[in-house]
Amino acid sequence: MADSGGPETAQLSSNDSKGEVGDVIPEEARSLLRKMEISVAEVEKRTGKNAVNMLETYTVYLIETRRVDSSAENQNFSPDSLWRRYSEFELLRNYLLVTYPFVIVPPLPEKRAEFVWHKLSADNMDPDFVERRRIGLENFLLRVASHPILSNDKIFYDFLTEENGWKEAVMETGFQPKADSRLKALNATFRVKNPDKRFTELKHYSDELQSVTSQLLRVRARVADRLYGVYKVHGNYGRVFSEWSAIEREMGDGLQSAGHHMDAYAASIDDILEEEENYADQLKEYLFYAEALKAVCRKHELLQYELETAAQDLMSKKQQREELVSGTVRTFSLKGMTSKLFGQETPEQREAKMRVLEEQIQEGEELVQEKKTECDEYVRNAWSDMERFKVQKDRDLREAMISYAVMQISLCKKGIQVWTNAKECFSKM
Amino acid sequence: MSAGTPKSLPSSGQKSIQDISHPLSAEESVLTPSPDVGNTTSSLGEKDLSLPNGTPVGTSSPGSSSSLLNRLQLDDDLDGETHDLFVSVDDPKKHVSTMETYITYRVTTKTSRTEFDLPEYSLRRRYQDFDWLRNKLEESQPTHLIPPLPEKFVMKGVVDRFSEEFVETRRKALDKFLKRVADHPVLSFNENFNVFLTAKDLNSYKKQGLTLLTKMGESVKYVTGGYKLRARPLEFAAMGDYLDIFTQKLGTIDRIAQRIIKEQSEYLVELREYSPVYSSWAGCEGELQKPLEGVSSCISSCSSALDELTEDMSEDFLPVLREYVLYIESMKNVLKKRDQVQAEYEAKLEAVVIRKDERSGVPADVEKCQDRVECFNADLKADWDRWQNNKRQDFRQLLTGTADRNIQYYEKVGHCELPVGVDLSVTVPLIVSLSLHYSALQPGSPLFHYYRRNQTSKVRQTESRNTGYEGLSFFSQNTD
Repeated sequence: MADSGGPETAQLSSNDSKGEVGDVIPEEARSLLRKMEISVAEVEKRTGKNAVNMLETYTVYLIETRRVDSSAENQNFSPDSLWRRYSEFELLRNYLLVTYPFVIVPPLPEKRAEFVWHKLSADNMDPDFVERRRIGLENFLLRVASHPILSNDKIFYDFLTEENGWKEAVMETGFQPKADSRLKALNATFRVKNPDKRFTELKHYSDELQSVTSQLLRVRARVADRLYGVYKVHGNYGRVFSEWSAIEREMGDGLQSAGHHMDAYAASIDDILEEEENYADQLKEYLFYAEALKAVCRKHELLQYELETAAQDLMSKKQQREELVSGTVRTFSLKGMTSKLFGQETPEQREAKMRVLEEQIQEGEELVQEKKTECDEYVRNAWSDMERFKVQKDRDLREAMISYAVMQISLCKKGIQVWTNAKECFSKM
Repeated sequence: MSAGTPKSLPSSGQKSIQDISHPLSAEESVLTPSPDVGNTTSSLGEKDLSLPNGTPVGTSSPGSSSSLLNRLQLDDDLDGETHDLFVSVDDPKKHVSTMETYITYRVTTKTSRTEFDLPEYSLRRRYQDFDWLRNKLEESQPTHLIPPLPEKFVMKGVVDRFSEEFVETRRKALDKFLKRVADHPVLSFNENFNVFLTAKDLNSYKKQGLTLLTKMGESVKYVTGGYKLRARPLEFAAMGDYLDIFTQKLGTIDRIAQRIIKEQSEYLVELREYSPVYSSWAGCEGELQKPLEGVSSCISSCSSALDELTEDMSEDFLPVLREYVLYIESMKNVLKKRDQVQAEYEAKLEAVVIRKDERSGVPADVEKCQDRVECFNADLKADWDRWQNNKRQDFRQLLTGTADRNIQYYEKVGHCELPVGVDLSVTVPLIVSLSLHYSALQPGSPLFHYYRRNQTSKVRQTESRNTGYEGLSFFSQNTD
């Protein structure tokens, strides 16, 4: 495990859910974010040779960091900066997933544009997509930097500050093979005898959240597409009114200016829908968060299963010892059968067996203890992160709903404005 | 070549009919129904058309309770005309008989004119009666522009002829038709119109085949189309051109409106799927339940408001456009007829010139032709001005009505309760104050991103994408 420092359990105060920012600075801000400003300031396209020596175009993002001393307000440290590719962000995230399996690790923005409504380019090179991705990556960094545990990770810190040699350092932590086995374990099927109810509930919730947000995103895209059509067709009024006004005398002016308003109306939808993309991005973040939540639940299941298996093994070993001591064969064993057939074993043989068993039992007890500690610790850490996550999720999504409502109201206000203007023109006809 | 001094005919336009004498009025042999006809019809068994034969379905339109004021509404842009004839169409009722099912409308007349025996009438008429009236008006007043009727034929499978919406749309158009006729200084005195408004038994009247033609009607009726027009006077050529282009534009507007309705309907379908998703999400949340339910109900109210808007557009906007297209068609026919009348005159005149008759003066029939031409032109010009005025009013009303409906739609949607009960007046200043301490904002907060986006002022080029909605299909290939 890489040097991560002691996990700080962040117990957040309840007033935080009101979102009164500025009044209560949550524990999170005590972390890295308090000491340093982080931003993904710019985007550039680069061309270079890739692993198979072929020329490729890729995008790089400029990460800027600046030390912030909370005591002096207007201190102007010049920012440090370095460039990173999306794949490096992915590497960082995978490392964090393996290193802190009990943490609901913030997700990255999507690699490819999904849930697009049809007029929006699904092209990864589209400037709007790139811009939204820049924001998404910045958001990711800020979330990690404000996490009580993740923010203290050295590899994360180096990601922000060490341009060279970072990749090698990550690989050196040896996380890659662990990442592979983690994936395998997540997809494996096994049955836990005494599942923790809380985690089972959470797992169900993560499934529901995943399904409902993906459905929502799909329908929203279709709704956006249709709305776009409605607005754009109105633009045709602009042209026909203009043509019509040419043959009119008194009505001409009114028609012509009304036509301009129809053009404006048709054009207004572009900005409106672009803003809505940000709302969609917020939903997407929680769609991916749901996956991370599920992974944490699954890991717990795995640990629980391992504990149960170890306990099971220990129990059977103990039973074997019992039989050996009492001489009774309660359980069928080949040795038992052969000894019945071929006669009892010698005391020396029995003693040897006993010694082996005792050793095994000793090891087994240690293993069970180990697993139990691991499990308990995991539960403690995971549960606290889940509580932190729940507060964050409720706050973020509530604000997302507010911003959605604000957008709708703004859309209505614009609509009223345009049609009122048009009406005025019509009344002057 | 001396064709004689043409009589200068006063225009039969804006002035009140009492002030000018129609050039042909002296010779007008209007066939007035004898006073006996009135009695005959009553003796024909009081076939009061207001008594339905079958079960009347109570489809009384909102117009049936229209106030007296409505009916007495004065047209304030036609100065100098006295309004002494008020008509209205309302109270549609369904009649079911063994042979057919049909709708009748109540036609109410209030007048102080002496041409009417009574000051008030109230009868029931059906569409075919209106159609009969219009045909008679066209026949008897060929030099005038006769207002249009709503479309006659409706595809039986496609449109429900007895639906409330269809009947109401039709009623409005019929009401408009009668009002336009009633406001017309010449048409309103037409005998056929009088009969329509007053005769208890219109059917027997129709059967009697009395053709109440005016003298003008009589004479124009027999104008042949065999002559070629030399030179169309500029103003009538201009009228023709205008009508051609206007019809084209109306067609385009109709197509655009239909497309909008279609897009709105499809938008509505998606909205109806959108709102329940928020509801089901709310079902698996705790604290978020209220805001999510709020968004869900917001979207639902948007759906119902949109449904209303689309319906209104279908019922109120499109029919008026189509009415005008029909109007223009009939107007073009009148223009054609005028051309024919003029052509005949010119041809006959030329024949006279060629013959180089020693007799001075112009033969009577050529003079008659000349009279016809001048009369026609005068009537048409007056009607054209009147039509232009009405058209302007109608479209002003139509378009402001459309704007109003859209405004109402947005007002309805915008006033839906804010999903989280948050006072907007708090949120907006919050954004401003937060801009000073953005680092205190939680990452992932939408307000955070709002601020951040505005800070990094990136000039994004929004290339004008071809959206594919600049419907070239709306606009004809040749736009002159």
